[in-house]
Amino acid sequence: MNLTAAVAISGVVMVALNFYVLFAGADFGGGVWDFLATGPRRQAQRDLISHALAPIWEANHVWLILVIVLLFTCFPAAFSTIAIALHIPLTLMLMGIVLRGSAFIFRSYGSDRDATQQRWGLVFAIASIITPVLLGVCVGAVITGGLGMTTFTGPFADHFITPWFTLFGFAVGLLALALFSFLAAVYLTVEAHGTDLQEDFRARALWSAAAVFVISFGVLALAWRSAPMVRAGLMGGSWALPLHIVTGISAVTAIAALWKRRYRIARLAAAAQVTFILWGWAAAQYPYLLPPSLTIEDAAAPARTLFLVLCALAAGACVLFPSLFYLFRIFKMRRSS
Amino acid sequence: MPDLFAARSQMAMSLAFHIIFAVVGIGMPALMVIAEYRWRRTGDVGYLELAKRWARGTAILFAVGAVSGTVLSFELGLLWPEFMKQAGPIIGMPFSLEGFAFFTEAIFLGIYLYGWDRISARAHVIAGIVVAVSGAISGIFVVIANAWMNSPRGFTLVDGKFTNIDPLAAMLTPAAFPQSLHMTLAAYAATGFAVAGIHAAMLLRDPKNAFHRRALAISLLVGAPAALIQPISGDISARYVAQQQPVKLAAMEGDFVTMNGAPLHVGGIASEEERRTKYAIEIPHGLSLLAYHELNHEVKGLNDFPRDQWPPVMIVHFAFEIMVALGTFMALVAAIVLFFEWRKRDVVSHRWLLYAVTLCAPMGFLAIEAGWTVTEVGRQPWVIYGILRTADAVTPMPGLIVPFLTFTALYVFLGVFVAWLLYQQVLKSPKDDESVAPNQAHAA
Repeated sequence: MNLTAAVAISGVVMVALNFYVLFAGADFGGGVWDFLATGPRRQAQRDLISHALAPIWEANHVWLILVIVLLFTCFPAAFSTIAIALHIPLTLMLMGIVLRGSAFIFRSYGSDRDATQQRWGLVFAIASIITPVLLGVCVGAVITGGLGMTTFTGPFADHFITPWFTLFGFAVGLLALALFSFLAAVYLTVEAHGTDLQEDFRARALWSAAAVFVISFGVLALAWRSAPMVRAGLMGGSWALPLHIVTGISAVTAIAALWKRRYRIARLAAAAQVTFILWGWAAAQYPYLLPPSLTIEDAAAPARTLFLVLCALAAGACVLFPSLFYLFRIFKMRRSS
Repeated sequence: MPDLFAARSQMAMSLAFHIIFAVVGIGMPALMVIAEYRWRRTGDVGYLELAKRWARGTAILFAVGAVSGTVLSFELGLLWPEFMKQAGPIIGMPFSLEGFAFFTEAIFLGIYLYGWDRISARAHVIAGIVVAVSGAISGIFVVIANAWMNSPRGFTLVDGKFTNIDPLAAMLTPAAFPQSLHMTLAAYAATGFAVAGIHAAMLLRDPKNAFHRRALAISLLVGAPAALIQPISGDISARYVAQQQPVKLAAMEGDFVTMNGAPLHVGGIASEEERRTKYAIEIPHGLSLLAYHELNHEVKGLNDFPRDQWPPVMIVHFAFEIMVALGTFMALVAAIVLFFEWRKRDVVSHRWLLYAVTLCAPMGFLAIEAGWTVTEVGRQPWVIYGILRTADAVTPMPGLIVPFLTFTALYVFLGVFVAWLLYQQVLKSPKDDESVAPNQAHAA
């Protein structure tokens, strides 16, 4: 691998996407568990989710904006193709993002537990389920190489529906949903420190780990036909075996730690597992940004832009990471009684 | 509805919606942190109540602003992929920097809203200041990106393609300073007067209410100075437009004929067919004086430009007149208010002044909408002024009326609900029995 500026920035895009998945993904997962809240502690489960999300979800959401800005600044050719071919799923995803965020804040600031608030709670939960699926569908469309077109004349469906409306795409969408739910449940076991809720979310984490396992194999099986390039990478690349091993170790560790109620270890292992899955995709696709033909270098902006963006990223990181650390230290590390 | 028109309508609607929340995201944190600071200094819990309510308002409006801003960052590509493909590498720089400023704002807003009893008093006030400052900075970066569309710089155009690009030179476009100054002041003036106007209305009914008095004092402190100096920044903007975008100036003024010592048209209807502005009051030499600071300077009229480079003249002229009228009224009220403050006279005991401030409540936001109409519609038919036509930038995706109508319905619904929620959570006078709870009072 040749470490050019374009490759470095595509790496940063992946890092930002990785953070988005680990943090904002878990926020969406929180919405899933809000929807599925059951049993005698139903309301307590919802309150815990709200409490966990409230201070951090806005910041977590910004990772997505960073991904988009980096794409259109540094890989404009890829961005414009994505924006044209995925207009429909992206628009639907945006509606989900708008409704999820608004509904969450409306619910938090509504007066008491009245009917209006419950309705917003439902909107929040449903939008939290739909948005990750659509995000996965868009990623799936990239993986299958459906975005190779450069002209957009001809039947509507060929250009604006077929590229993303695939079984594989929806399988990736389901995988995203399962991964986000899994992350949320694992994180919530830590948040629920020393209460009965911990058992509730432990059970949910274990079930969703099983779901992730099943869906992952489903996605791989579908990739056999739908995404030959990524499949080839995941099967035959020199890094493939080590990657599968570390992903497997993380998954087994997460499940074992949940089983033994070692929640902090489970949290670390779950995050590692999801991270390895994401980077497996990235590695399998390298050096293509949009398979089958648009490479990272082909899509890249002029060198001067890449250089300046790298400088901006370095400077921005010096502000961002200490701030994020401060945020998470205040709300996630200190246990309030 | 043709697709180009649907795309433009969707963009306009999304911007018009988002700008309200973006502006509030700049102005409200300033109000909230001033209120908190006063509470910390004086121990007067009335200020704490105010800070908490304004923080609640900020939280609601910031959330809607963040998601509607996300929509916009996607819409740049969803609606104008050709524009982003060409311009992305040149104007991505301010957007990247904005990303970090916005990140900072979101992080510290979380800390501010939920950290009342988790961090020290000093750290809490500082978090509020960081929110206010990073909000303003992130607004400035976005406006700089827009400024480039008005005065594109930092590239060489070869066969219609940008080459030899320099994103730093692009950020230093001559439109950057006037536009970002005008917008930042507008944000403080609009937010300050919107809040002041609402509390002034409450004080008209209940002049002794200490809660509304405190709110009025702080919001005027933020809004009035900004509104007072806004005309100066308007003058800087107008002179920039005169030099860099003469056709936009001509449309703003409804000025069709090139002349030395051009008059200023106040009001009137600019008719593209008749090539004149009807029913306007003409102030001799006014336009030359304002745009160039010279009585007899030549001002180019629309007739000197090819017809296919005119923006929609009637809309631009009308929007410009509205913005100037509203801004002038607000500046006048601000001057009176500041004079009263200086002479230590009580604003509240003069009902006519409270009425005037109440009247200003929606004005700043209307002026901002009108001003952006001038900037954006006035740039038409170009998306990148003089280089790329809006019609050539639009997505090939057909049926754009569908997302336009869907987003419109969604935003109308959200807008109505936000208004109701703000009334419930922020504006209602505190009832006597729900005055500040003791556990909130020792938040430090």
